[in-house]
Amino acid sequence: MKKLLDLKNIMISILLVLIIWQIAFSVSNFDNALFPSPLQAFQALLEMISSGVLFVHIGSSMFRFVIGYVSAVIAAVLLGLILGRLPKLFQYINPAVQLLRPISPMAWMPFIVLLFGIGDIPAIVIIFIAGFFPVLLSTVSAVNGIDPIYLKVAKNFGIRQPQAMWKIIFPASFPQIANGIHLALGTAWVFLVAGEMVGAQSGLGYLIIDARNNIRADILLADIIVIGVIGLILDMFLKIAEKQILNAWGDIT
Amino acid sequence: MIYIEIQNACKTFLQNNEKFTAFENVSLSIEKGEFICLLGPSGCGKSTLLNAIAGFSPVTEGSIKINGKEVREPSVQNVTIFQNYGLLPWRSVQKNVELGLEAKKISKSERHKIADKYIEMVGLSDFKKSHPRQLSGGMQQRVSIARALAVNPDIIFMDEPFGALDAITRMKLQDDILTISRQEKKTIILVTHDIEEAVFLADRIVIMTANPGKIKSILTVPLRSHRERTAGDFLQVRDKVFELFNMKHEENIEYII
Repeated sequence: MKKLLDLKNIMISILLVLIIWQIAFSVSNFDNALFPSPLQAFQALLEMISSGVLFVHIGSSMFRFVIGYVSAVIAAVLLGLILGRLPKLFQYINPAVQLLRPISPMAWMPFIVLLFGIGDIPAIVIIFIAGFFPVLLSTVSAVNGIDPIYLKVAKNFGIRQPQAMWKIIFPASFPQIANGIHLALGTAWVFLVAGEMVGAQSGLGYLIIDARNNIRADILLADIIVIGVIGLILDMFLKIAEKQILNAWGDIT
Repeated sequence: MIYIEIQNACKTFLQNNEKFTAFENVSLSIEKGEFICLLGPSGCGKSTLLNAIAGFSPVTEGSIKINGKEVREPSVQNVTIFQNYGLLPWRSVQKNVELGLEAKKISKSERHKIADKYIEMVGLSDFKKSHPRQLSGGMQQRVSIARALAVNPDIIFMDEPFGALDAITRMKLQDDILTISRQEKKTIILVTHDIEEAVFLADRIVIMTANPGKIKSILTVPLRSHRERTAGDFLQVRDKVFELFNMKHEENIEYII
């Protein structure tokens, strides 16, 4: 019942966007080629689907995204678990992290392109940077926030490192880490597109630049819709996975 | 034979650059198999003393020896049961009870067998696969008792283990812990502020007072292992404890002429 209601809300929401778009199209005096109607964008989407171009670009984007995001999560969680247990070391590392964190990953772009050239690597590096810091910081604070009783129990039962790390510390801090992983997904997806607009010859971000160069605003808007939908689907998958895992944790919320 | 020996133990903390004494001049000898209750108001240092004996935070002066050896850190031989249970919420009841066995080199099937035995002892066989959050407070504390017993410790420390439970559940668990302690012949040190609980469980009650925390007196409970909360001798002992805390009002007889 709730799912049906959700579906209804989603449909109404999409319909609203389409209506506003259509109205804007009807009342404005822009050239059709520069500001296409929803129907034109839909036709461009069908065109890309039937020619297969869209799937090639989605494929290369997903490849970069999975590599960049997964490696960022793994690296940040591992490092965060260690730094969380070594507060003395973290107080020297934290200022550097705080300095690097507010820098938009895009600022590194020229540097990365100069070093690695155009291709998969710049987008992967950008996604890595975008995903790394939120996960690192949420992991460190999660480890610091563990209920001390878990550590007492571990000590009492003679559970030493490295077992204590994966038997006690990681699971105890997992709910909060999962939160950081979830947040990072959205950020990483945003920067995938940005990264591909500059440093790649394929992918959904590149498609935007390509459409602009060919003055195909219909393709551009179709591409934007695809980017939004995939971002939404990724978020949904992660939500489901998160729920499954937290259930196994015995309903911590 | 003296098993646990505490000599002139003292524990101080630095709190906002001021020295704070949790307890001082504590001397106490405990024999193997004794059930000791540390009884006193909050702030008398009873939990801190327990933590010191258990090895979580060693004393600043004096010494605590178990079996002739100075206590420096916690050991699997001396398991602590906490007021808020300390169960791992991501593990099932079964896996929680097996926790202490994993650090010992015991095979998986043997672990299962030991866990089963103690889960049955605390009456939770039907809840082996449940997670702690699905259980009531009393059941969770039973799991934590089973987990402690599973590693076959010499000493069990209990830090206000029934403090978070309702009165009826608390009495039921007190009955159980008394039975188990006789059955398993463990040395038990239990911290409580509940006079009745101390009288019901202890062989000896160590009465502590606050500011600074110290032992006021040690009372041997002259009751048998089977105790009735409403029996006359039980009430007599309870009365004695009240007296030691100066909580009995003198009866003033008024004369009206």
